Amino acid sequence: MSDPDAFRAELRAWLEANCPPEMQQPVRDEDDVCWGGRNFKFKNPAQKAWLEVCVAKGYTVPDWPVAYGGAGMTPAEAKIWREEMQRIGARPPLSSFGIWMLGPALLKFGTEEQKVHYLGQVARGEIRWCQGYSEPGSGSDLVSLQTFGEDKGDHWVVNGQKIWTSYADKADWIFCLVRTDKANKYQGISFLLFDMASPGVSTKPILLISGNSPFCETFFDNVSVPKDQIVGELNRGWDVAKYLLGHEREMISGAGGGDRMNTIGAILSRNAGVEDPLLRAELAMFDVDALAYGAMGEKFLDEVKVGKGHPAGSNMMKYAGTELNKRRHELVMAAGGTASLEWDSAASNGGGRARGWLRTKANSIEGGTSEVMLNVIAKRILDLPGA
Amino acid sequence: MPLYHNDDQAMLADSARGFMADEGAIARQLRHFRDIQCKDGFGHALWGQFAEMGFTGILVPEADGGLGMGHVEAGIVLEEIGRNLTPSPFLTSSVMAATALSAGGDELRGRYLPGLLDGSSVYAVAIDEGPKHRPERIKTRAERAGNGFKLSGTKAFVVQGASADMLVVAARTAGNDEDDAGITLFAVPRDASGLSLDSVRLVDSAMAAHVKLDNVQLDADAVIGEVDGGREVLNRMLSAGRIGAAAESVGVGMGAFDMTTTYLKQRKQFGKLIGEFQSLQHRAAHLYSELEIARAVVIKAQQLLDGGSDKADLMVSVAKAKAGQAAGLAVKEGVQMHGGIGMTDEYDIGLYMKRDRALAEFMGDQYYHAQRVAVLSGY
Ligand SMILES: Cc1cc2nc3c(=O)[nH]c(=O)nc-3n(C[C@H](O)[C@H](O)[C@H](O)COP(=O)(O)OP(=O)(O)OC[C@H]3O[C@@H](n4cnc5c(N)ncnc54)[C@H](O)[C@@H]3O)c2cc1C
Repeated sequence: MSDPDAFRAELRAWLEANCPPEMQQPVRDEDDVCWGGRNFKFKNPAQKAWLEVCVAKGYTVPDWPVAYGGAGMTPAEAKIWREEMQRIGARPPLSSFGIWMLGPALLKFGTEEQKVHYLGQVARGEIRWCQGYSEPGSGSDLVSLQTFGEDKGDHWVVNGQKIWTSYADKADWIFCLVRTDKANKYQGISFLLFDMASPGVSTKPILLISGNSPFCETFFDNVSVPKDQIVGELNRGWDVAKYLLGHEREMISGAGGGDRMNTIGAILSRNAGVEDPLLRAELAMFDVDALAYGAMGEKFLDEVKVGKGHPAGSNMMKYAGTELNKRRHELVMAAGGTASLEWDSAASNGGGRARGWLRTKANSIEGGTSEVMLNVIAKRILDLPGA
Repeated sequence: MPLYHNDDQAMLADSARGFMADEGAIARQLRHFRDIQCKDGFGHALWGQFAEMGFTGILVPEADGGLGMGHVEAGIVLEEIGRNLTPSPFLTSSVMAATALSAGGDELRGRYLPGLLDGSSVYAVAIDEGPKHRPERIKTRAERAGNGFKLSGTKAFVVQGASADMLVVAARTAGNDEDDAGITLFAVPRDASGLSLDSVRLVDSAMAAHVKLDNVQLDADAVIGEVDGGREVLNRMLSAGRIGAAAESVGVGMGAFDMTTTYLKQRKQFGKLIGEFQSLQHRAAHLYSELEIARAVVIKAQQLLDGGSDKADLMVSVAKAKAGQAAGLAVKEGVQMHGGIGMTDEYDIGLYMKRDRALAEFMGDQYYHAQRVAVLSGY
């Protein structure tokens, strides 16, 4: 980076000229998020315009190379970009599993052709991806997965079932773990990409305690997948899967910013009036932890970008960040009292608080449970025996 | 600024780590001076070595012969002090008193800084007046008398007070006990008449004094900074002490944690290493996470303080609270996971627990600082 101040000034001016005011409002519900994809319906023209100007500059994925749809920013530049976005409260122009999960995996394991093709689609918001990892019998013990891809020369025929597939009913493509060698547990899994519109793919939404259905059961019945749609080597998909999980955990941890690090004491006291001194004390202790975790997130990213820090660090971030977020929502509920209980009234924004609280309970389950994160820390970071 | 040490800081950390692990080791310093019932609770020879290493002048401006570094660097030394439980006047003299003195005039700095830099002098700070940290309330009075002041009052928990050549005393020259304004800082020589100290040994084998000021007569040149305008300097000194104590806490926590994970890999029960038990693994992993977070917010607050940010005050309190929590957890889990041996005097883990307890109270515990976070956040 030539001159950080000049770079910052340039971004600031660009944001001022190009980020619509509506896109500087906090995200209130799911359809405020721009997911992209073939079937995506923009909520308003501002959301569409914001995506388009960012795509043109590579700002949907600022630190990806220009050749793959990014802006080629250095780590230091990308940090300035995040800071400037946060300064004006700008919404991300595009959110997607393609950006957070598949992208980093393809950047590391993909062929040049795959990078240009798939990463470009992700960067432009053209294709929305879902993640086919978990199966009914394989959750924490993911490596026991059974979905099978039979070798038919120039293609595989995939049969099996996935579960908890987030947005499977809305996604265009899936990145999927498929067993291609039944004799080999770890080295018998391949990382395949295929179109959800392929014959034989079907999905069935699952209703959650929050009343929403963000994920599905996903069935594969003789789905044909061409051989060039594999990432990495045959039977070495577990390496790709684990690498991707590291990024997924980082994403769920909220290390990149957003509301995970915000304090809540001041807002809740203002809105709800916290008269109970013990609740106020809990809020203060929470704010201490939230601000401290914010510093941890910043340090984590600073270190990741220069290759410092432990390679398994995202597991610690995921554990701490999700447990913190659950605590946040417990306190939001407590401070709100009976007003937090409303489920579908307009005043409660359709039960936003209660549904949000219930949704956070999944944070310490999705992407690897808290218990599994602690197992990984014990084994890979602390090097404890038998872990 | 990225939240990790730059090359110069990493070099300082290397040399501080080696020095403290060797010269400042528990057997050589803490246990030695404890067992001989030393009246100071620390070794003057080591303090001289601190000076030779340049540590004593880290926060002293270059113009005054110091290194002109910041709280990140002071914190590097303090983390190693914490890890080795090294008793020394570093935190009170080189961090807190040095911060106060830098607000003093030429004459005062000329009188006190050379002795600090060369390790021949020790300074203490006398702020709190009761058993809990409450610097908002200062009752000790300084009345104008002759060409100077007469000080009367009591001070509690003056660490190494009886070993000090000079005490930085916060006294009230105007207003009521709880007023923000009307505070003046004084450099009170140890031999001033009317000053009496009752030295007591603390749980961590450090010595602290209950201080009585009975019409202590001082010349006007004992004033550090402005008469009635001492609160600002006092706050700077408090921030320095708080973030310094937080850094030392992180060191204490890390030291206890390292001992504990080492033990988990050695001790066998039920035919297994105890580190194989998942209940212990999970607690160790949780503790690791807490300590990492504490360390991150400590460096964040150090950088904000060094950069003069208006967020520094808030983050210093966050850091002191979080470091206190994390180190507290580390020593408690440390003793528990050692089983019976953790309760013995011969084994070092209990020494970490004692030091942590004293550090937690020093310059405000986690409850004081969480409360301050709430107030600074507007609720
Ligand atoms: C909202 C949400 C979205 C999701 N999205 C996706 C998705 O898009 N794609 C996808 O593939 N999957 C997704 N998942 C699935 C998720 O990854 C799994 O739920 C998770 O890995 C846990 O597996 P499980 O549900 O089978 O629980 P189990 O593995 O059966 O765990 C049950 C309990 O046992 C504990 N446990 C298990 N093993 C151990 C052990 N070794 N030591 C200690 N405790 C243990 C767990 O911590 C947990 O408390 C999603 C889940 C949720 C909740």
